[in-house]
Amino acid sequence: MRRWLPFEWIAAIRFLLEGRMQSLFIVAGVTIGVGVIVFMSAMLESMTANMMRRILNSQPHISMVPPDEVARPLHDAALNLGTVQRRTQRTRSIDQWQAVRTDLERNPEITHVAPVVTGSVLASRGVASRSVNAIGIEPERYFAIIDLPGNIAAGQPRLFAEDVVIGTDLAKELGVEVGDKVRFTAASGTMMTLTITGLFDLGNRFTNLRNVYVALRTGQALLGLIGGSTAIEVTVSDVYAAEDVAKVLQATTGVGADSWIKTNAQFFNVMNIQSISNTTIRLLVGLSVAFGIASVLIVSVVQRSKEIGILRAMGASRGQILRVFLIQGGVLGLIGSIFGSSLGLVAIWGFHAVARNPDGSEFFPLIIDWWLPVLAALMATATGVVAAVTPALRAARLDPVVAIRG
Amino acid sequence: MADPVLVLDAVKKSYAVGTPVEVEVLHGLDLTLEQGEFVALIGPSGSGKSTLLNLVGLLDRPTSGRLVLHGEDATVLDDADLTRLRGRSIGFVFQYHHLIAAFTARENVAMPMLLDRGFPDEAMFTRADALLDQFRLARWRDQPVGQLSGGQQQRVAIARALAMNPALVLADEPTGNLDTKSADIAFDLMREINETYRTTFLVVTHDPRLARRCDRIVELVDGRFTADRPNVAVREEAV
Ligand SMILES: Nc1ncnc2c1ncn2[C@@H]1O[C@H](COP(=O)(O)OP(=O)(O)OP(=O)(O)O)[C@@H](O)[C@H]1O
Ligand SMILES: [Mg+2]
Repeated sequence: MRRWLPFEWIAAIRFLLEGRMQSLFIVAGVTIGVGVIVFMSAMLESMTANMMRRILNSQPHISMVPPDEVARPLHDAALNLGTVQRRTQRTRSIDQWQAVRTDLERNPEITHVAPVVTGSVLASRGVASRSVNAIGIEPERYFAIIDLPGNIAAGQPRLFAEDVVIGTDLAKELGVEVGDKVRFTAASGTMMTLTITGLFDLGNRFTNLRNVYVALRTGQALLGLIGGSTAIEVTVSDVYAAEDVAKVLQATTGVGADSWIKTNAQFFNVMNIQSISNTTIRLLVGLSVAFGIASVLIVSVVQRSKEIGILRAMGASRGQILRVFLIQGGVLGLIGSIFGSSLGLVAIWGFHAVARNPDGSEFFPLIIDWWLPVLAALMATATGVVAAVTPALRAARLDPVVAIRG
Repeated sequence: MADPVLVLDAVKKSYAVGTPVEVEVLHGLDLTLEQGEFVALIGPSGSGKSTLLNLVGLLDRPTSGRLVLHGEDATVLDDADLTRLRGRSIGFVFQYHHLIAAFTARENVAMPMLLDRGFPDEAMFTRADALLDQFRLARWRDQPVGQLSGGQQQRVAIARALAMNPALVLADEPTGNLDTKSADIAFDLMREINETYRTTFLVVTHDPRLARRCDRIVELVDGRFTADRPNVAVREEAV
């Protein structure tokens, strides 16, 4: 007997050890339940984080665009989830965009601000040509929002007047590489020949195919918007608050503001449905774990009613008996959750190792929140205690006279 | 003279009170037990002996009448106080030993002390070991009780009943399930404790041989005491 353990704990543990088979089976049941929950949660979390990372890799948190236009930033389409609307052919500058930029820079919730000019142009090299989205940027400002330098596959993210940085997929389509020249033609007929200084890979084929980056002045000249800016890109400190911030910005600046949350509504819908079904499954698994623990303990109370009666005769209070069984429930939940979390994590690691893209690269980056097993343990322990309430009350209310004679 | 250990005053007990099958089992019992008495409670099956023991042991409440334990009126106490009083003043020995199978002999003997104090401590195991020694069970003290013989188990149960040094030990056919030799050993131990510590015993028995070895014999028939006499034979033997 451990000296620092009170009677309730000593008895609970002895009873569990004595009913070895029952304990073993129910712990196995809890293990499987918690394992499923941990596996699913880790999977969903990894997938969500991965998707978000891919979206935000090539997209600002908020795009300030000319008002009253069918609100679309022109070059964001990170995910082909069906929300990507047709680009408008008309490119307009934001009125007084410098003043808007100054306003934005003063906003404490905004971390970075970068004006850009975007528009559709035709990129051609020999007979190959593709319609692309030219984005004129100020590199220092823009790179704080979209980490182009960190996603360069070849060459450098250098953007002097005659330079262009294009996506790896576009380069493949056009059959060009770093150092080659590509001709760009705007709708107005303006034509420019620029030298490829770098190839980027933002982890998204659509972006890699469509976006080409040039210096702001080059873009303004190409698109016929000298001194203009068609969008101001913004990052905020809390990405999840982006939509709220955007609404405020739209109201205060009079300029349209599209948050990444709005432009990726479909993604969030999918995630919501996923999360609802995940929660439902968690709840049902939790319930079946609870019923399992409860039924094992009910049987245990019936089997032990004589012993409970004798303990009461020896001076055990109802409270002591109650706690002996509540603790058993909690301990079953806790032990099951420790095994279950291990099982779930091993499973997700295994799945992650086995599930590969055809080219052998990982299917999704594994993101494991270490709170997950801790949370699972807490929840399982609480579930065990709650499940034990009915059996424990039954044990505590046993009439010792009946129990002993029984 | 000190308070009697137990006073029953017109104690009645009915079962199924308030139902059509209500039945009065004990019809107004008066009884006084002084400290150090070793009393046999005899009577035919169904006469109410176990019912009486349950009342005296504070496991159940009389339907009417007063039950005074060591000067304290138990009929006015609430459940929690009854439990506490029971744990400290009463030791139980049942026909079937009723040890807790998940614990060793030593732990079973220490159990009433553990229940009372909440946490295990050195003193309770010292006390348990002393009792087991006295009961010649030291060799088995770390065995799970399931591995002991019936007689040994009943001795552990008696040791356990004595753990808290109770004023009153209630034994309901303590030897009913034992062979003659084991029964004698168990009975001798109870008498030994009674004589050494002046612990009061109330022992239900169907065995006339054992009843004759008690100081006083109380007979219960159909819920009424029909005889209550000192057992002269024992007194004479003892002298
Ligand atoms: N819980 C109960 N409900 C109703 N009647 C009961 C209950 N317990 C005991 N009785 C009745 O009370 C009477 C006395 O029972 P009790 O067990 O006290 O007898 P006893 O003297 O101990 O008998 P035995 O020698 O067989 O153990 C019996 O008629 C029994 O049927
Ligand atoms: Mg009986």
